[in-house]
Amino acid sequence: MSPLDMTAAPGAGTETKVVLEAENLGVALPIDGKYVPITTDVSFSVRRGEAVALVGESGCGKSMTASAIMGLPPRGAKVTGRLRINGRDVLDLSPKRRRALCGSEIGFIFQEPMTALHPTLRIGRQMTDTLCHNLGLSRSAAMTRAAELLDLVGIPRPKDILKGYVHQLSGGMRQRVMIALALSCDPSLVIADEPTTALDVTIQAQVLDLMEKMRREFDVAMLFITHDLEVVGDFCDRAVVMYAGDVVETATAAEVTRAPHHPYTRGLIDAVPGTGLERLVPIGGSVPQIGAWPEGCRFAPRCSRATEKCAIRPPLEGAPMPDVRCWHPLTEERT
Amino acid sequence: MLRYLAKRFLLILPTIFVPLIMVFLLLRLAPGDPAGMMLGDQATADQLAALRAELGLDQPLPVQFLLWLKGIFTLDLGNSIFFREPVMEVIPRYAGVTILLTLVALTLAIVIGVVMGVISALNRNNPVDRGVVTSAVLGISLPEFWFALLLIFLFSVTLRWFPVSGWTPPSAGLIAFGASIFLPALALGIRQSALMTRMMRSSMLDVMDEPYITTARAQGLPERKVIGSYAMRTASIPVLTVAGLAAGYMLGGAVAIEIVFALPGLGRMLVEAVARRDYPLVEGGVLTISLVLAVLNLVIDLLYAVLDPRIRYQ
Repeated sequence: MSPLDMTAAPGAGTETKVVLEAENLGVALPIDGKYVPITTDVSFSVRRGEAVALVGESGCGKSMTASAIMGLPPRGAKVTGRLRINGRDVLDLSPKRRRALCGSEIGFIFQEPMTALHPTLRIGRQMTDTLCHNLGLSRSAAMTRAAELLDLVGIPRPKDILKGYVHQLSGGMRQRVMIALALSCDPSLVIADEPTTALDVTIQAQVLDLMEKMRREFDVAMLFITHDLEVVGDFCDRAVVMYAGDVVETATAAEVTRAPHHPYTRGLIDAVPGTGLERLVPIGGSVPQIGAWPEGCRFAPRCSRATEKCAIRPPLEGAPMPDVRCWHPLTEERT
Repeated sequence: MLRYLAKRFLLILPTIFVPLIMVFLLLRLAPGDPAGMMLGDQATADQLAALRAELGLDQPLPVQFLLWLKGIFTLDLGNSIFFREPVMEVIPRYAGVTILLTLVALTLAIVIGVVMGVISALNRNNPVDRGVVTSAVLGISLPEFWFALLLIFLFSVTLRWFPVSGWTPPSAGLIAFGASIFLPALALGIRQSALMTRMMRSSMLDVMDEPYITTARAQGLPERKVIGSYAMRTASIPVLTVAGLAAGYMLGGAVAIEIVFALPGLGRMLVEAVARRDYPLVEGGVLTISLVLAVLNLVIDLLYAVLDPRIRYQ
């Protein structure tokens, strides 16, 4: 089975299939016997063949959202709202059925491939375990398939690599193995949690190119978790910006990186080094502590446009601008 | 690899040299000597001197020690004063029991420790976990001879499942051998298994939070496989370290257990040989135990490389 066989031209139908749909997704963790919300009201969707970025600072809840989608949130977490994968509600599934979606319908690419691959199991064993379990292949068929997959992600001498261990590989090679593993059972959704953050800059570009190629070849929906706005602009179709456990803005990647409407997104862009000539503008203040979010707009205390109205929490729909959680969105086009 | 093995085997020599010197000196510093023991209170000074000369005890200590060392390399450890036969023939009769006892105890300790540690870690902070941790603390605190007496009382005297004491060699049938060695090995292993339980529990808790466990789950592998084949593989590496220490501890602890269960092992033989001031036999016994311990530790070091491919010996 080559990936080309399963490729349907993206956008062939008028309406491409929605693979992932999150509606008011919230995760709460028990802290000192009380549930403290980590994310609230996270809503977005990802279609087949589309790359959507989940952007935000550390601690904004993007990784927590990803783990909730995988069905692998931290111990004791309570997940609320609705989550549909390929049209099926998955939050009510039994743990066993939920686990069965992992690997086969959702692939996951982790940030640190060194620690995300087993240190004392051969790479071939890790890949064939997955293939045998999810696809019911025999060990030898799985081994052949694993070698094909490694070849596909650009790993030379795949048969030798399969016999080796993760510590024998370079960072870029490790992440290629991780990508091959995530795609091995032909999932319809791939979640990548900061897949290039741990890599050298030169390797980052290669891995991003590879992921772009794989996204087209396997025609998967990709959810790309990142704090890097450049990656968003270069690699993604749409972006969902998160702040303090909330989605604050959803727009096309071009809009988010060039003409954002939410003051927080603007702040993020101003804090990114660009041509090197202009002064960087940091966002004043700091992200509020989990559980100590302001009543109204959570960004208001750090926002230069804040008014009294911001004491009321702005909705994502019905505020002055759709898909922007702000009472005073930026409307003018800026460069 | 071969070079490493050769180097490790050579390193065994200095390792066992220290206990050999200590035992040699301690025996001769202690009051009483074999001649006095053999001839009794009525012996005359002439008789004692004659026997000492015959046994070579009248020579200076360094000369005696060097002669004995020379004996080790020519595989002649002298004659046992009490048995009146070569030490090299007496020791094998007893060593087998102690080595088997230690190996069975070590195996039991590892199996119990790993299983209980995993159960405990998977039930973190619930009553099952607390029960296991409490029993482990109890197990570490109990002296094994007392535990041995408890086991005899419960399983041998009350339930009559196992013999009270005595030794059945494996050649007499595996079931009878198993019945005779189970309680002594359990008594000898229980403390170490408690240590291993705690080690396995904490190492398992660490490993379960590792990203590669999340990866295994994210690949859709069932929890049974994630734990049994992905988590336990790495979590059991620290237990091996405890096993190395436990082996030494058990070889020493075997003395008390062999006496309680009346097993004809090296430990009991040594205690009797010390009481008889049977210098050559004591020295030979200590040499054997040191050698067994050194080899066991070498085997455990080699096992590290099997469990963890990141370790390469050269």
